[in-house]
Amino acid sequence: MGAGHAHVLYRAGGSAVHRMAPQVKIVAALAVVVCVVATPRTEFLAFGGYLAVLVAVWMVAGIPVRWFAARAVIELPFVILAVVMPFLGGGARYPFLGLSLSVDGSLAGWNILAKGTLGMLVSLTLAGTTTPRDLILGLQRLHVPAMVTTVATLMLRYLAVIAAEARRMRTARLARGHDPRFLWQVGATARGIGTLFVRSYERGERVHLAMVSRGFAGAMPDPGGAAVTRATWTFGLIPALLATSILAVALWA
Amino acid sequence: MGLTSELTEASGAAAGTAPALLVERLAYAYPHGRQALFGVDLRVEPGERVAVLGPNGAGKTTLVLHLNGVLSGGSGRIEVAGLPVDKANLREIRRRVGVVFQDPDDQLFMPTVAEDVAFGPANFGVPDVAARVRAALEAVGMTEHADRSPLHLSGGQRRRVALATVLACDPEILVLDEPSANLEPVARRELAEVLLGLGRTMLMVTHDLPYAAQLCPRSVLIDDGVVIADGPTRELLADRELLAAHRLELPYGFRLP
Repeated sequence: MGAGHAHVLYRAGGSAVHRMAPQVKIVAALAVVVCVVATPRTEFLAFGGYLAVLVAVWMVAGIPVRWFAARAVIELPFVILAVVMPFLGGGARYPFLGLSLSVDGSLAGWNILAKGTLGMLVSLTLAGTTTPRDLILGLQRLHVPAMVTTVATLMLRYLAVIAAEARRMRTARLARGHDPRFLWQVGATARGIGTLFVRSYERGERVHLAMVSRGFAGAMPDPGGAAVTRATWTFGLIPALLATSILAVALWA
Repeated sequence: MGLTSELTEASGAAAGTAPALLVERLAYAYPHGRQALFGVDLRVEPGERVAVLGPNGAGKTTLVLHLNGVLSGGSGRIEVAGLPVDKANLREIRRRVGVVFQDPDDQLFMPTVAEDVAFGPANFGVPDVAARVRAALEAVGMTEHADRSPLHLSGGQRRRVALATVLACDPEILVLDEPSANLEPVARRELAEVLLGLGRTMLMVTHDLPYAAQLCPRSVLIDDGVVIADGPTRELLADRELLAAHRLELPYGFRLP
């Protein structure tokens, strides 16, 4: 069961961005996303400004742009939607390369494309420089309800265990000649998922029993991280402050 | 602590201290009606290592879950180092009774080994958690793996970490549920060495008879929810008829030392 745990979205490193306390990074990322979303869609320069801030963070973190580009592919379905909108929008139209496009539709498409891409790049930056474990720690220190962080912690640990269980069950099916290439053969797979659910449920009960035996009473113990100084907060929030300034200028103008 | 159990037992009795574990007339039926225990009596003195033997379905696990108050509501009485197991002092009871479960994957759920070992002490509010974690990991020889994920450890290493998670709470009595299950021979021997080196009171539930012979001077045979036999492990295992009557047998080729 040694497989797994290679975090798809995390890129190990020792930069200032990597070392920054996770709670500061979470707040900064959230602030930047809020700024992006609050920017009027016609403030084209502001969006360029946000991107510049992000690129600066990537440079400090030492992560190449193409690393983000490869992971940004997940956004494609939304891009398609954004590209279709100029053709489908109503209202005033304008000619472009011999096509007649809707002004409103174009702006709506641009809005989705720009804000979606920037929001996703911010999330990728956070995930790329923070391990899943640290993300949960950060949420815990930000006083997110204990139930949420507990569930997330357990998920992090047991997803791999359950995946390994599913893999073993699949191997056992294949070993007995199961070859699910045709639709009418999915029955066994479906029943396997049912069994997996029951097994996971039973494991959940055993895990809970083991936790209770070690004094668990509903809340995870405080991991007790080093207190974050005001200077660290200020330093870590620089990207957020820049984004806020860009938004302020955009709204002012 | 190189004391043999006989010595500790004698000194414990002389000093008039409470037994590490006292179970009197414990009976229990599951809510759906099946009676699992029919009046179990057991007394374990401080420093003793006792094996609980019995076939599947004999009531061994039910007994274990009573020791730290996870199951309750039957009749009888349990005391851990003089403290009765009841709702009011459940927390202290769970600190005193360290249960190591059969599957380490059920027990280890935190992202790193050190955090998992710290889970119990932090819950029980014992002082200086970090020092306890270090000591517990050192006792099981897993210090260098403190910051790894339990997922990346071998079966034997996981078992030892599971043991450390309980040791860190400084229990009065260690309760091990099938400690040798699914272990390769080397890991099995290493675990035995660690357990023998701890010098702690131990109750080991198993049907691995050679392991009981190696680790526990005394054994208790349980079947159908009652204690059938209680005595020196060597004598108990030499009684082939008794073993056979309760679906137990020594593995092929094994000779009692």
